[in-house]
Amino acid sequence: MAILEVNELKKSFGKNEVLKGISLSLDEGQVMSIIGSSGSGKTTLLRCINFLETADSGKILVDVDVIFDGEDHSKHKAKETREKQLKIGLVFQQFNLFPQYNVFDNVTLAVKLKAKEREDYKANKKQILKEINEKAHKILCDMGLSDKIDSYPWQLSGGQQQRVAIARALALEPKILFFDEPTSALDPELTIEVLKVIKSLKTMGRTMVVVTHEMEFARNVSDKVIFMADGVIEEEGTPEEVFDNPSSPKTSAFLSKSFE
Amino acid sequence: MFWTVTLSLLEGFMTTLELFALTLLFAIPLGLIIAFGSMSKFMPLKWLSKTVVWIIRGTPLMLQLIVVFYGPELIGGWFGELGIDNPIFNWLAGMKGLDRFPSVLLAFVINYACYFSEIYRGGIESIPKGQLEACQVLGMTKSQAFFRVVLLQVVKRIVPPMGNEIITLVKDTSLARTIAVYEIIWNAQKFIKNGGLLWPLIYAGAFYLIFNGLLTIIFAKLEKKMDYFKA
Ligand SMILES: Nc1ncnc2c1ncn2[C@@H]1O[C@H](COP(=O)(O)OP(=O)(O)O)[C@@H](O)[C@H]1O
Ligand SMILES: [Mg+2]
Repeated sequence: MAILEVNELKKSFGKNEVLKGISLSLDEGQVMSIIGSSGSGKTTLLRCINFLETADSGKILVDVDVIFDGEDHSKHKAKETREKQLKIGLVFQQFNLFPQYNVFDNVTLAVKLKAKEREDYKANKKQILKEINEKAHKILCDMGLSDKIDSYPWQLSGGQQQRVAIARALALEPKILFFDEPTSALDPELTIEVLKVIKSLKTMGRTMVVVTHEMEFARNVSDKVIFMADGVIEEEGTPEEVFDNPSSPKTSAFLSKSFE
Repeated sequence: MFWTVTLSLLEGFMTTLELFALTLLFAIPLGLIIAFGSMSKFMPLKWLSKTVVWIIRGTPLMLQLIVVFYGPELIGGWFGELGIDNPIFNWLAGMKGLDRFPSVLLAFVINYACYFSEIYRGGIESIPKGQLEACQVLGMTKSQAFFRVVLLQVVKRIVPPMGNEIITLVKDTSLARTIAVYEIIWNAQKFIKNGGLLWPLIYAGAFYLIFNGLLTIIFAKLEKKMDYFKA
C-alpha cells in the first residue's frame, strides 16, 4: 500500500514549466532518492508536496488521504492545509534553525504550539508537556545530540545543526520525511555524519524521500531511485536498475558525469 | 544665579523629556503600521505608505513643524476666501493653529514613525525567507511564526539603528522652539538675551550629553542582552 502518491503534478513559474507531470509512489518504510542535475525541478517538486509552492495541477495523496488536489485546492482553508502539512516533514539544505532558541526549544517549539490546540490541553497541561519533553530528549539522543541540548545553533557545526533540523522535523511525527540536499552545505566529514543519521532512520522504519548528489548514499540506502531531467522523471527503478543498467541515455550521461 | 538657571533649564528639560517620551510612545507602534503598509501586497496602501514616507523623509522636520502648526488655520482660511462654506473648514479657520505642544508632538510622531517604519521594514525584510518556510512546514500559523520566530530576530537587528535614531530624536526636540515651545534651549537662550550669559547654553548642552549618555548605555545593554544568539 503506497503511503505517498503523486499524480501528474505540474508547476510553472510564468512561462517556465518546471514540473511537467510528475507521478510517483512510495511504500511505507521505504526510502526514495531523487537525483538529477541542478535546475531539473527537484526542489520545486519537494516544495510543492510540502505546500511551500502551490502546484498548478495534479494530485498528492499521503496515507490514502488527498492532501492536494489541483482541481479544488482553492477551497483549502489555511487551517486544513496546516493539518495536512503535519503529515509530512521537510529538512532544508540550509537547516533554517531558529537562532534565538537553543537546541531543545528548536525541537519542541512547534510541537508545543500544536499541543495548545488540543482540547484537553488545559486539563492535562503538565502531562502533555512532560511527554513532549521526554520524546524530544529521546529523538535528540537518537540523533547523537544529548550533550548539545542547551547549545544555540551558532555554537554547533553544520552537521550538528542539520541533525537538530532532522530532530525538529521528527518531533512532529510526520508520516514521510523529505530532505532537500541535506548535505550540500556541509564539508565531506560532516556529510558522512548526517548521512549516517539518515541511514539509521531507515533502520527505524522511517519513510523518506531524499534529494541528493551523494550517489553512493543513493545506491546503498534507497529502495527506489528517481532521475529527474527537465521537469520529468526520466528514469526510475531500484538502485541497481538506475545505476547499473540505465535505459535512458540522459541517465547514463548524468551518471558518468557524477562519478567522474 | 546658578540655581535660577538650573531651575529654568530643568523646567525646559521637562518639556524636552515629555516631547521625547510621547513621541516614542506613539511613533514606535505607528511606525510598525506604516512598515506593514509599505510591505503590503495591496498596491494602493503600499504606494500611499511609500509616498508619505518619501515626503516626510525628504523634507526638513522644521518645515513639517511649521506646516502642522500653521497649516490647518491657513487651509481653512483659503477655503473661506474661496467662498466655500463648509463647517470643517470654518472650524479649521477658527482654530488659530493647533495648540503649540500638540502640534509639535504631532509633527514629531509622524516624522519619527516614518523613520522607524523604514528601520522596521529593513529589519523584517532582512530575515531569511527560510525562517518563515521552516515555520510553515512545522505547521505554525503566520502569527505564531511572526511572534515566536521572526520578531526577536528583527528586534536584534533594529536595536542599533533604533538607538541612533532615538539619540537623534533627543537632539531634534530642540526644534520645538521653532514654534515657541519652551524646551531647554529656548530657556537657556533667554539668559543670553536678558543677561548676556553664555554658560547656561553650555550647561544645557550638558543635559543633552548626560541624557544621551544614559541612552547609549541602555542600548548597549539591550544589544548585549541579545548577544546570546547570532542572526
Ligand atoms: N520561485 C521561483 N520563481 C521562478 N522560477 C523558479 C522558482 N523556483 C524555481 N524556479 C525555476 O525552476 C527551475 C527548477 O528549479 P529547482 O526546482 O530549484 O531545481 P533543482 O532543485 O533540481 O536544482 C529552475 O529553472 C529555476 O530557475
Ligand atoms: Mg534544488
